Amino acid sequence: MSQNAPLALELRHVTKVFGNIVANDDVEMDLRRGEVLAILGENGSGKTTLMNMISGIYHPDSGEIFIGGEHVTIASPKDAFHHGIGMVHQHFKLVDLFTATENIVLGIKKEKFNIKKSAEKVAAIAERYGFVLDPNKKIYEMSVSEKQTVEIIKVLYRGADILILDEPTAVLTPQETEKLFNVIRRMRDDGKSIMIITHKLHEVMAISDRVAVLRKGKHIATVETASTTVNELTEMMVGQRVSLNIKREKLENTEDRLTVSNLNLVSYEGVKILDDVSFTAKSGEILGIAGVAGSGQRELLEIIAGLQSPTDGEIRYLDPQTRQNVDLRSKTPMQIRDLGVRLSFVPEDRLGMGLVGNMDIIDNMMLRSYRKGKTVFVDRQPPKALADKIIDSLQVVTPSAKTAVRKLSGGNVQKVLVGREIAAAPTVLMAAYPVRGLDINSSYMIYNLLNEQKENGVAVIFVGEDLDVLLELCDRILVVCAGRVTGILDGRTAKKEEVGLLMTKAKGGDDHGE
Amino acid sequence: MANEPAVRHAKEREPLVTISRRKNMPFWTRMCIRVGAGLVALILCGVITILVTGDNPFSIYYTMFLGAFGTADDIWFTFQNVVMLLGVAVALTPAFRMKFWNTGGEGQVLIGALATAMCMLSLGGKLSEGSLIAVTLVASLLSGALWGFIPALFKAQFKTNETLFTLMMNYVAIYLIKFFIELTDQSGSHTVGPSLLSHGWLPSLFGKPYLLNILVIGVLTVFMYVYLNYSKHGYEISVVGESENTARYIGINVKKVIIRTMILSGAICGLVGFLLVAGTSHSIDENIAEGRGFTAIMVSWLAKFDPLVMVVTSLLIVFMQRGADKISTNFDINSSFADILTGIIIFFIIGCEFFINYELHFRKKSAKEVQ
Repeated sequence: MSQNAPLALELRHVTKVFGNIVANDDVEMDLRRGEVLAILGENGSGKTTLMNMISGIYHPDSGEIFIGGEHVTIASPKDAFHHGIGMVHQHFKLVDLFTATENIVLGIKKEKFNIKKSAEKVAAIAERYGFVLDPNKKIYEMSVSEKQTVEIIKVLYRGADILILDEPTAVLTPQETEKLFNVIRRMRDDGKSIMIITHKLHEVMAISDRVAVLRKGKHIATVETASTTVNELTEMMVGQRVSLNIKREKLENTEDRLTVSNLNLVSYEGVKILDDVSFTAKSGEILGIAGVAGSGQRELLEIIAGLQSPTDGEIRYLDPQTRQNVDLRSKTPMQIRDLGVRLSFVPEDRLGMGLVGNMDIIDNMMLRSYRKGKTVFVDRQPPKALADKIIDSLQVVTPSAKTAVRKLSGGNVQKVLVGREIAAAPTVLMAAYPVRGLDINSSYMIYNLLNEQKENGVAVIFVGEDLDVLLELCDRILVVCAGRVTGILDGRTAKKEEVGLLMTKAKGGDDHGE
Repeated sequence: MANEPAVRHAKEREPLVTISRRKNMPFWTRMCIRVGAGLVALILCGVITILVTGDNPFSIYYTMFLGAFGTADDIWFTFQNVVMLLGVAVALTPAFRMKFWNTGGEGQVLIGALATAMCMLSLGGKLSEGSLIAVTLVASLLSGALWGFIPALFKAQFKTNETLFTLMMNYVAIYLIKFFIELTDQSGSHTVGPSLLSHGWLPSLFGKPYLLNILVIGVLTVFMYVYLNYSKHGYEISVVGESENTARYIGINVKKVIIRTMILSGAICGLVGFLLVAGTSHSIDENIAEGRGFTAIMVSWLAKFDPLVMVVTSLLIVFMQRGADKISTNFDINSSFADILTGIIIFFIIGCEFFINYELHFRKKSAKEVQ
């Protein structure tokens, strides 16, 4: 691409603040005509906020946006369309019962409604850029990749010159990804400017002309793809290591507690969510799981906890008392408990899965224990005692134990959940993003609780997103990328860049540009 | 905010009224709002009465009261109506707590009534009265349970829409009753009356025809209150209703809970059908449920799914229906007028809940000055 191509979009000093969190801090970025710009960054680095500001969903607190050299105010998605900006979201916004064409023309007021003509225009756009799409096919009959095609044609139909694609490859098979990249190249050659958000470094290397790296809301640099390497990008993405002073004991006489071998999960759409995952969680150890959000962590934990069934693979548990080897695969949570396996699980969705928001703390304590007792009635005395104990020992701020948990603040909700799961005296404790959204003090309280459990000989599995925390808390770190285990590292010696690299190393480890 | 361009204010002007959820309102304030809403409704009804009919509103209210509680017979009859409505409401409530919108109460009552009538007709005289009653009771419970089970099974297995499914099951029950009447009734009166259903009548306690019904439903209401609030099943129902994900997470079998709860819901509706036919009317036609399957939805919602509060809400609704009937006969006004008054009162009673749950903020003048 020409280095001196005219600029399609410029961001100058763009800042966006939510409460006391700075999502974007003085971002300077530009997008040339006829180029593919990859936006790279970890979870929470501010990519989505930035894209939302360009597409009119948010408005910057300060800073300016120029399109084609002209200062513009984008106050709504409609304004964005007016300026030729089209965003393709990760989650499709389509009407299932309508055809491709009907979805594409939906909401366009300017032109006369003529579905036949529109279908011809859709077919012409598809032809021009090499999409494969039947304009008269209904959405519910389509594969994920076809739905994505409809979304992309929708913005092209409206005359977008700047396309923003939010993790377009996350839902695609490798073959579909290759097709998408061909289409993107054709659009670029036609003079369109494309911003693509992705976590997969080899895709960045394959498709982009330039890469903009964001970290903790700041724009670190924009570099030419041809003159950079995967290692350099990773370093820019993860940054310097920060010391957090989290305590970490090294325990002797640990033993294998939970062994997962060759676990596979294939989605309804045929996408591999988990691809041959194998690992062992040991007693008296915190096993960290690092990976970009949506790399299969949630499904992995849900399969172990018995909420989903794997396509194939094995899960075995060594009972510390009976010394028996128990098969956990495809057992329901109740069957797992009946086998005497004390497995606790702090899920990512606290109020939607771990707790019932509208119930009070006592009734939420009872979730794990309500079946106890021989009568048909529930006994609220033990859960009440437990609720009082947890409120007291974990300093939960609440008017009383009879307060609905949805009225508590995020940190207190998490204390209630973690407290309950630990009270079950687990031998395996799984926690998914247990400190997400928590303030520093609550976060450290959770780290301490996990450490306490580890010292009691529990096998702890910790799914985290902050690499600094993972590196200081965990004894071993399992890194996943797109459903595959890309490495198991020693938490005491692993380097941050090393983890970052493994997190973005997709299929076959085909590291381009090295 | 200071750095934002002024254009934005023009586009996103603060709306005239914004609505926000209230945090906590003391019990007494809530009661005051409800009573106040009732008073406003009565005043509005009075104004409309004077404008439309020219009658004295107080004499109309007094007549309403007489309609429901005028004589001892009126009182018994009012309470019979209250418990029948309450019975259906209590039956629907476990399903509603599970957020399974059972709109098929009507059909479940009707099918229970039909099963009762069929047993009384075909087995009457062949069994002793006691065993006939027992067989009839079981048949009505089972048929109601079946009418609850079918939509529950489809919901659990195929995620069908339970509202439409249960609604359509009502029509199946109605036409089955019509078919039954066609087969048995030779007189052309479109009912099957006491002359044919002459066996298997429930005894009347102390000579009071409705007392048994009142006692049965009374016990049932207390049972349901305890079942929902203190039993393991009731707890499971609440968890499934609040969050299916949480239910899966702790290992509740969601399908089983849906089916079990709907069987219970349908069976109690079937029991109400049994009480209606064997206990009081000793006849059957497709109107025997009198729309209680639908009115009960309102009773249950108004009581926020608390069976004990439903005693009050069903009494309120029956009182207004009976009173409305009375004024349309006594004042010789079109019966629709009574419905209008009932409608106004219910509108205010339900409407005031909005002000209990939400707070209105009107736009302040300062917002205008910014422009």
